[in-house]
Amino acid sequence: MSYAWHWEVFLQPAGSGETTYLGWILAGFETTIALSLLAWVMALLLGGLMGVLRTVPNRALSGLAATYVELFRNVPLLVQLFSWYFILPELLPPAWGNAVKQMNPFLQQFLAAFLCLGFFTSARVCEQVRSGIESLPRGQRNAGLALGLTLPQTYRHVLLPMAFRLIVPPLTSEFLNTFKNSAVASTIGLLELAAQGRQLVDYTAQPYESFIVITLLYMLINIVVMTAMRWLELRVRVPGYIGSK
Amino acid sequence: MYEFDWSSIPGALPFLWEGMKVTLKITLTAIGVGIVWGTLLAMMRLSSHRVLGWLAAGYVNLFRSIPLVMVLLWFFLIVPRFLEHVFGWPPGGDTRLASAMIGFALFESAYYSEIIRAGIQSVPKGQVGAAYALGMTYGQAMRLVVLPQAFRNMVPLLLTQAIILFQDTSLVYVSALADFFGVAYKVGDRDGRIVELLLFAGAVYFVICYAASMLVRYFRRKVNA
Repeated sequence: MSYAWHWEVFLQPAGSGETTYLGWILAGFETTIALSLLAWVMALLLGGLMGVLRTVPNRALSGLAATYVELFRNVPLLVQLFSWYFILPELLPPAWGNAVKQMNPFLQQFLAAFLCLGFFTSARVCEQVRSGIESLPRGQRNAGLALGLTLPQTYRHVLLPMAFRLIVPPLTSEFLNTFKNSAVASTIGLLELAAQGRQLVDYTAQPYESFIVITLLYMLINIVVMTAMRWLELRVRVPGYIGSK
Repeated sequence: MYEFDWSSIPGALPFLWEGMKVTLKITLTAIGVGIVWGTLLAMMRLSSHRVLGWLAAGYVNLFRSIPLVMVLLWFFLIVPRFLEHVFGWPPGGDTRLASAMIGFALFESAYYSEIIRAGIQSVPKGQVGAAYALGMTYGQAMRLVVLPQAFRNMVPLLLTQAIILFQDTSLVYVSALADFFGVAYKVGDRDGRIVELLLFAGAVYFVICYAASMLVRYFRRKVNA
């Protein structure tokens, strides 16, 4: 095979010359990280709220949360992303829609990708939170109520602290999924890591080097997140459960 | 307010059906190959042969740490080039459907193998012992005793993974392959009706996946019963 490897290609000036190809990769890396972390924060908050609603003794509220989950779970991520990007500005009141359309393209793409990933992941977090709450003995809820705590207080002080500690492992895989799913944002033109990889193939004529580096960066993210979450898992494990010492 | 106009959908239905056939082709290939190759990977991982175990673990962890979009880009952009280089294949053929099928099949195998591994591990050890005591070989014990029970327990999870896979095939968009979503987007773009076509595509996916998830629920009750 006669392929000339040129790893030094990344140090060559890229595009209009303000940065190198390495600079492109790092910019994409930053975008991927920022997008995924922001979306994850939103998913945790919204998913936590929805997970609580899924388990409250109120048919209307739990039904609403169940519908929410079904909606976001049964439509492909790509369709959701395109909907946030193309449909939302059309359905907003005209003044808002126009404001969105006049934003700079990067912000527009970033906003759509953030909302998409945040809502998509929140539905999955919701199911984990629900299963965490449902796995607790019924006595915990009853004990909280019997002590005179209101239902919100019972959730806040008794059920949620336990549930979140128990679901760290499944949340870890959802967190990893958020980073992996963020690559879908390349389809609407957001220059995150995968999109930069594609661009490098077109510009550098060194496709193997480009893709290998991008792939390794995704694996790096994976390793860092897994290590951090394993540390967290050890810190917060509940004594007396399987999986704790 | 936005004025909806659904008139471009009826005329586009034949194209959308052609797209759906591509989507189904990729989905079914990936399910078939994924389950067979995934079973082999799971057996390799559970075997007492160290090197086989490492190889399978490496394969599974590699595919599970890379975004599907990246895997597809590898198979669309890099692998065909590589094959042209090494084997002197004629360049320029349309390998996108083949690339998509192979890419999805290899990617899904990693996920299927994890499901199947858990399924095999859920079979009580005594079953294997009993099979050996009856004089069965390893292959017979697996084929006749362990795998049938494992698969019976796994049906809901395998089907759930198939639903996810069906949704994920829309990502062949990165190669502009005309699957169901690709066709819907193209028609919407052509007629300036992206909003309607996206809503329509979303509704079709929703109905299919929701119905399938009902089936999962039915199987889950049956398995637990």
